[in-house]
Amino acid sequence: MNVIRRKRRLAPGVYDFLIENKHIVKYAQPGQFVVIRLHEKAERIPITIAGKEEDCFRAVVRAVGKSTYELCLAEEGSSIMDVAGPLGRPSEIDFYGNVMLVGGGVGIATLLPIAEALKAKGNKLYVVLGGRSKEYVIMLEEFSKLADELIITTDDGSFGIKGVVTDGMQLLFEREKIDIVWAVGPTIMMKFCSMKAKEHGVKIWVSLNPIMVDGTGMCGACRVSVDGKIRFACVDGPEFEGDRVDWDELLKRLAQYRKEEEESLKLFIQEVGDLSWL
Amino acid sequence: MREQDPKERIRNFFEVPYGYSEEEAVAEANRCLQCPAKPCVSGCPVEIDIPAFIRKVRERNFEEAAKILKQYNNLPAICGRVCPQETQCEAKCVVGKIPNSEPVAIGRLERFVADWEAEHAVQTKIEIAPAKHKKVAVVGSGPAGLTVAADLARRGYEVHIFETLHKAGGVLVYGIPEFRLPKSIVEREVNYVKSLSVQIFLNMPVGRAIPVKDLLAEYDAIFIGVGAGTPKFMGIEGTNLNGVYSANEFLTRVNLMKAYLFPEYDTPVRRGKKVIVVGGGNVAMDAARSALRLGAESVTVVYRRTEEEMPARREEYIHAVEEGIKFYWLTQPIRYVGNEKGELVGVECISMMLGEPDESGRRRPIPIEDSRFILEADTVIEAIGTEANRFLLSQFDGLKLNKYGYIIADENTGATSLRKVFAGGDIVTGAATVIEAMGAGKKSAEWIDKFLSGEYDPWK
Repeated sequence: MNVIRRKRRLAPGVYDFLIENKHIVKYAQPGQFVVIRLHEKAERIPITIAGKEEDCFRAVVRAVGKSTYELCLAEEGSSIMDVAGPLGRPSEIDFYGNVMLVGGGVGIATLLPIAEALKAKGNKLYVVLGGRSKEYVIMLEEFSKLADELIITTDDGSFGIKGVVTDGMQLLFEREKIDIVWAVGPTIMMKFCSMKAKEHGVKIWVSLNPIMVDGTGMCGACRVSVDGKIRFACVDGPEFEGDRVDWDELLKRLAQYRKEEEESLKLFIQEVGDLSWL
Repeated sequence: MREQDPKERIRNFFEVPYGYSEEEAVAEANRCLQCPAKPCVSGCPVEIDIPAFIRKVRERNFEEAAKILKQYNNLPAICGRVCPQETQCEAKCVVGKIPNSEPVAIGRLERFVADWEAEHAVQTKIEIAPAKHKKVAVVGSGPAGLTVAADLARRGYEVHIFETLHKAGGVLVYGIPEFRLPKSIVEREVNYVKSLSVQIFLNMPVGRAIPVKDLLAEYDAIFIGVGAGTPKFMGIEGTNLNGVYSANEFLTRVNLMKAYLFPEYDTPVRRGKKVIVVGGGNVAMDAARSALRLGAESVTVVYRRTEEEMPARREEYIHAVEEGIKFYWLTQPIRYVGNEKGELVGVECISMMLGEPDESGRRRPIPIEDSRFILEADTVIEAIGTEANRFLLSQFDGLKLNKYGYIIADENTGATSLRKVFAGGDIVTGAATVIEAMGAGKKSAEWIDKFLSGEYDPWK
């Protein structure tokens, strides 16, 4: 169980894993995640399920802190100590008509199974993918096959439109009648996507990634304010309607352990050496 | 019993009481009157033959004492440490009724025997009935689940436990701190349960990783013992500020994830300087004493009633006071105050007075107007109880729940509204003690056995 069958580099510091786990492969639905623990001393970290291949599930990880760096360094053939899941509520897949999908960073990977399921229901897919520069826009090939229209945005203009994903959204909103939106990416991106969707009066789902411990509703670490009420992202989410989320509070909560995260990463780099090549 | 000095122990997570030596145990056992009426047994939820095991301690036959304990109790090292004996077996002890006399320390003797057994690596022979070729699924590996599993395995059933977390033990591993219940002891008891051929599947959230309908199809009976794991929040302004924890999160980080060893272990926890704990139960004491050990300058418990009404075990409260934890009685937080970064800086409280008794029989706390004040704090831990976890129960079609979301189960048998599904522990009663959950597991095991052998069918 939990053997890393394949590992590929998608972008600097971004790795695509195939991890063997028959339960997750059998039962995972789009929008769900797993909680992994690499080894005895590791944290429990939530990772979204990006798809399935035979007896493996796919997970795309960006190295940002010690735990994710350590995961990205894990080699093919090695095992992850614990993988619990699938967890969270699946996406509400249905026929909506014209669906806009907005992805940024590794959120693009989360979006992929949702896109596939929506396509299978007969929806027309308008996809906007964004990244810092060309090399950070991942899974282009998969989305080219799926999307009825694909817009790429990059901050530096090295690929597609120079700008951010909300610029791509604006272009589509001006041109098409969009029935529903999904946006997955960095929290700040999802905040602006939600504002953009609200501006055009269209419902938007976002997939939140707050700090989480157990992932089963037991600890309450992942609480977010939605419509002014406390919700737990692990069991009530991870998807919520974006215009109802208290984004500023969520952004502050995400910074909660910044000092400890920096300390941990510094010690790790001292131990393993320079990781800028990853 | 000898204990770690409070000045020392507030800087470590080692167990507070040292436990009896053989001499001390025999001396204590000699105080037992061996009353024929055995009132202590009626105070024990799992009805251990207390005089019999104490008699064996007296005779220095510790191995036999262990064997007697194990006949009734699969987890004696745990019960000897965390049971509220003062309100159970020891409350009924005749020696305790003699003026100026303490009851026999039954809990400490139980702990001594269990530890002696482990230290001397004595393999207490447990008889296992011939295989019955029937399978039972147990959802949750806490005290209720472990008890059901062990008892049914001994009766010859094939038992599979499904646990969501990466470690078996439920609240025993995520909730109760190391200084009160060392994790090595939980592991030892879990290993004992495994030694009875019980299989434990970790990282298996039932309802997601294994659908309920598959469970119902594959097993002859199911026991749900998932605890009442969802934290309650008072829901006052500022609850989502950084520094406001549920006791569940705080204790899970510290106990299960060993955050007190950060950065050796990767999971962090806030090491608050000024910590406030809200609540008056055992969990509040655990959280307060853990925060102190993480290096807090001050830890203050605020409780809306008084010392008299607080539900914490006396021993825990005394330990907390010895360690320097402060208590604000008749005090209720009404707002958390934060700074522009979303960090907690203070707690606004209001003073209370006690009015008429409420439905719990305790006098109802009433706020006193114009009595607001602010306590400085960088960490708050709310330990005000838990409620039914929504995670699993919604997946059991036809399972009847009460108005609080707990499972409706027959008090005696644990039978639920759903055929072949039994339940027990906190998910039926709401938050209670380890031994009560074990008692429920014990009863359920008996009735599951009767159900599977065709003697009893509450669904007919």
